[in-house]
Amino acid sequence: MLEIQSQLRSRAAENSVIGPDTNITRDLGLDSLAIMDFIFDLEDSFDISIPMERIAEVQTLADLTKAIEILQKEAS
Amino acid sequence: MSSIFDKFAPLKEQHAALTALGRSPDQLQFEDIISPTEAVLNGKRTILMGTNNYLGMTFDDTSVNAAIEALKTEGTGTTGSRIANGSYEGHKALEEELAAFYDMRSAILFSTGYQANLGAISALAGRDDYLLIDADSHASIYDACRLSDAQVIRFRHNDPDNLERKLKRLEGTSGSKLIIVESIYSMLGDMVPLKAFVEIKKKYGAYLLIDEAHSLGVLGEKGRGLCEHDGVEKDIDFITGTFSKSIGTVGGFLVSNLPGMDIIRFVSRPYMFTASPPPSVVASARQTLAKIAGATDKRKQLWDNATQLYNGLKAAGFELGPTLSPIVAIRLSDPEKAIALWNGLIDAGVYTNLALPPATPFGWYLLRSSISAAHTPEQIALAVEVCTKIGRELGIITLSNSQKAGVSKHPDNGSAQLNGASETHPDATSETESLVTPTGDDPAARV
Repeated sequence: MLEIQSQLRSRAAENSVIGPDTNITRDLGLDSLAIMDFIFDLEDSFDISIPMERIAEVQTLADLTKAIEILQKEAS
Repeated sequence: MSSIFDKFAPLKEQHAALTALGRSPDQLQFEDIISPTEAVLNGKRTILMGTNNYLGMTFDDTSVNAAIEALKTEGTGTTGSRIANGSYEGHKALEEELAAFYDMRSAILFSTGYQANLGAISALAGRDDYLLIDADSHASIYDACRLSDAQVIRFRHNDPDNLERKLKRLEGTSGSKLIIVESIYSMLGDMVPLKAFVEIKKKYGAYLLIDEAHSLGVLGEKGRGLCEHDGVEKDIDFITGTFSKSIGTVGGFLVSNLPGMDIIRFVSRPYMFTASPPPSVVASARQTLAKIAGATDKRKQLWDNATQLYNGLKAAGFELGPTLSPIVAIRLSDPEKAIALWNGLIDAGVYTNLALPPATPFGWYLLRSSISAAHTPEQIALAVEVCTKIGRELGIITLSNSQKAGVSKHPDNGSAQLNGASETHPDATSETESLVTPTGDDPAARV
């Protein structure tokens, strides 16, 4: 989660509080394009592809962390 | 009391703010269509610079007369789908003519271009398959993904390396991999680096579908599009396209050289559960399609016109899309200036398309024009002059911008690529609920 959190911090509005329950679309002042770019970067750093239907289920940082963990397990 | 429309309140506000600055694109009404490039708008003769009418064929005599004849002999509509009501002679003939035009085995007609992508992609990619789509894909491609049972993976816009990493991760999985690209992207007019994508699809045994909506009649010696232009037609598995741009009517199609494609007719819901194209539409599409291969002079005029518009606006100092093409988009980061420029142009008798985020790449506000072979050099010169004047009044461009701007040649003369589209990334302002909102939707184009 720390890795994702730090990537999110570098994109979010200044002084944003980012925790497991942070809603990625609503709480951080990120638009859909910034989020898409964020997902592309995560795919590269974790060497996974995140299918769109998995992304659609994600709301919070905790959701995203879990989704990435599952995808990493599936890949190995 | 609450209303079912309450959830649209933010959108309504956004729309009201747009309208307060002038007019709204959805309220424009043309009182008279004079020609492919001119109409009467609010009592004023207006040059049409955003129609996708690339070859200016909408008033072609042969096509108009064929449509009238079909109306008289076959009636106003088919009143049902081909699965339920059967095919008319024209449907079959147009499919054969499309297959012959592309020199491919078979073609399937759809009622619109939107439905061609929706119906082809959702049917081709099934439960265990993978769809790999460009991030800037048209709304019809995004919607096809929602209708398909396949897993959908996006790659960065026009980035073959990003696609390759994604295909590599899928090695060892059993489902088919279908890559979707567009020849010319409808918002900025940039083109897919097709040869690089073809190499990758061959290396990984994937299928490749290309949407040639904006390139049919526009690119290639015979007007078959980017695949012909790049000499890669034998490596393309599927082509989708539309009749609503260079063909000047409405409808869409899927063509392929792969044997057995007819089964798609029994799988594709957007093919099965909607009325087939009416006889008059089919008749005019056939006549216009028959002229595409020989329309060499029109194609040359189209590219000359595109070059005049692109270089004229670039020399004036406007920020444009990265590639010279018949789609010429002025990029702006300030919404109020974009809307003021769009309104000012209409007041001065020049109509363009206003495209707003999130339908645009990088959250840009775009004044999009699509040039036609039917435009005269005088019309284009006037449009550039008016645009430059208003652009200066609004402070979008200055005299010093104009001096440093370079010019460009069209792809058939080499050196199409200018500086990349990524030099400025103004913050987008759109609010969205979902993490997967499509970005490449073209709100105006596909009917």
